[in-house]
Amino acid sequence: MVDLLKKKIDSDIIFRYNFFYLNSFIQHFMVNGYYLDHKIKKNEENFFSGSLNTFASQYPKIFLQYYNQQSNSKGDGLSAFNTMFIQDGYVLYIPKNVVVEKPIQLTNILNGKIDSLINRRILIILEQNAQAKLLICDHSIDVKTSFAFIQIAEIYLEEHAVFDFYELEKNTKKTIRLTQNFVCQMKSSKLVTNTVTLSNGITLNKYLIDLNQKNAEANVNGLSILDKKQQINNFTIIRHNTSECCSNVLHKYLLDGESIGSFVGKIIVASNAYKTKSFQKNCNILNSNTCKIYSNPQLEIYTDNVKCSHGVSTGHLNEAALFYMRSRGISNKKSRYLLKLAFTTDILQKIYIEDLKEKLQLLVERKLKKN
Amino acid sequence: MLIIKNLHVSINSKKVLKGLTLQVNVGEIHAIMGPNGSGKSTLSAVLVGDPKYEITKGEIIFEGKDLLSLLPEQRSHLGIFLSFQYPIELPGVNTMNFMRAALNEHRKYKGEKILSSSEFLKIMHEKQSIVQLDENLINRSVNEGFSGGEKKRNEIFQMAMLNPKLAILDETDSGLDIDALRIVANGINRLKSSNNAMIIITHYQRLLDYISPNIVHILYDGQIVKTGDLSLALELEKKGYDLLNYETVH
Repeated sequence: MVDLLKKKIDSDIIFRYNFFYLNSFIQHFMVNGYYLDHKIKKNEENFFSGSLNTFASQYPKIFLQYYNQQSNSKGDGLSAFNTMFIQDGYVLYIPKNVVVEKPIQLTNILNGKIDSLINRRILIILEQNAQAKLLICDHSIDVKTSFAFIQIAEIYLEEHAVFDFYELEKNTKKTIRLTQNFVCQMKSSKLVTNTVTLSNGITLNKYLIDLNQKNAEANVNGLSILDKKQQINNFTIIRHNTSECCSNVLHKYLLDGESIGSFVGKIIVASNAYKTKSFQKNCNILNSNTCKIYSNPQLEIYTDNVKCSHGVSTGHLNEAALFYMRSRGISNKKSRYLLKLAFTTDILQKIYIEDLKEKLQLLVERKLKKN
Repeated sequence: MLIIKNLHVSINSKKVLKGLTLQVNVGEIHAIMGPNGSGKSTLSAVLVGDPKYEITKGEIIFEGKDLLSLLPEQRSHLGIFLSFQYPIELPGVNTMNFMRAALNEHRKYKGEKILSSSEFLKIMHEKQSIVQLDENLINRSVNEGFSGGEKKRNEIFQMAMLNPKLAILDETDSGLDIDALRIVANGINRLKSSNNAMIIITHYQRLLDYISPNIVHILYDGQIVKTGDLSLALELEKKGYDLLNYETVH
């Protein structure tokens, strides 16, 4: 168990529980939904990164302006439940014209000996011209305990804000993860999300993105590598509420064992959203006879003069490619490994922090080698 | 070196090879010519173990080993190489990593030590020059977005890297312009030695202008119907496959 009394996560704990930890990032931790206050020098920063409760008392005006606005209007029962029981959370607030060069990592630790349900709240506000990169890692560390957690994230990107949002899930098979990400984007703002799921129990990730002003751009990427009885569901709903916005969705699944994946992607192009560019793609590889994928790409267009496409592909590894590699002396197992790795390449290429990309690449390689 | 006896092969229950017999000795270059659909590509695919084909009868012996009981990768380790007629694109698989994996598996089979990066790079640069393969192509995904000529050059580059005992070149000349044909043919000639053998499958005599085979076979309707020397290829070029009909009648 992580010792909460010490209020400190040291390198000993990081190594013992094999956390995904990047030295080059600004580090924050949450334990069981509570923000862990530890040796962050707040005074030197020109932005806020920390506990939801602290933020509410320090910046009450901004808090009230943004908190629960999207969740209230776009959310469902799950987000209402979260709002009702929330105790603490994490806030990233970047004021106008502030560019945070150093990426920020928030590690969510779930631990304890008693089965528990945890509510967690994330609020991200980037004002005009602000820029930031955030990585959220999930670690549940007690193998025997069942965890269920609900994470509601509200993301606000004001004019010309640029936000990179990466999520990595490394949970035990007894963990249920239910997340909803509400995004509201203003003029010329840019969002990149990349969700990588390597180990989990049951996962539901939902993205509800509203492109509200011209030239807003949303890129939503995801990679799920599943085996055994892992289950993952990704929902992305992108609403083009105005003209000249752009969105790209790419989700890839590599399934093995008895795993089940599902993808529902929906793009809604409103009646005034002319000159919309929107692309959605879902690719799946089934490596066993017992894994399943449900895919549902949807496109609703209510105007003319748009460029949109959506599609899904599902199949096995390419037999011709496998044979080509084997004919060069590479074993069947190694050939399969190389092809699976190749399948993940374009998602990993869409990670724009070198350090993170390299480390994730290693994790993906390790996971694929095990299969 | 290679003995094929009475080989019968079908694909999707359609008979393609109908009792093919062929012997290739070390140091020899054999050319196999024949009209479309005569079974040339089937023969090459069967030699490297393409699982799409079903062998209904016959045997293939390579250096005393029963080839048909071996997996494609095992055949490659023994020294059999096919230059594909249509090389496969492998998006996301880097050419260098691909070649390194292949070469190291060959070395593992032979009990040699795995190459370090620098040793590998040295060998690679050496072999690259044989077919004048551009450095940029090596850093890209295998065959992805390569032109027809580049793909064929890449095949010969791979052949140079793996140094096979028996190379089968399946229409390596098709889709090449005159310059590319010369480069590829020169590459092949540089790789030929008295310790290896080649089977060249081609439609045209033009490749044989550069690489001169010891023996020329004509494959027709799943069987080798005629065997001769280079003059047979020249005659074929002139008369076309009517040559066969003429001889059947008279």
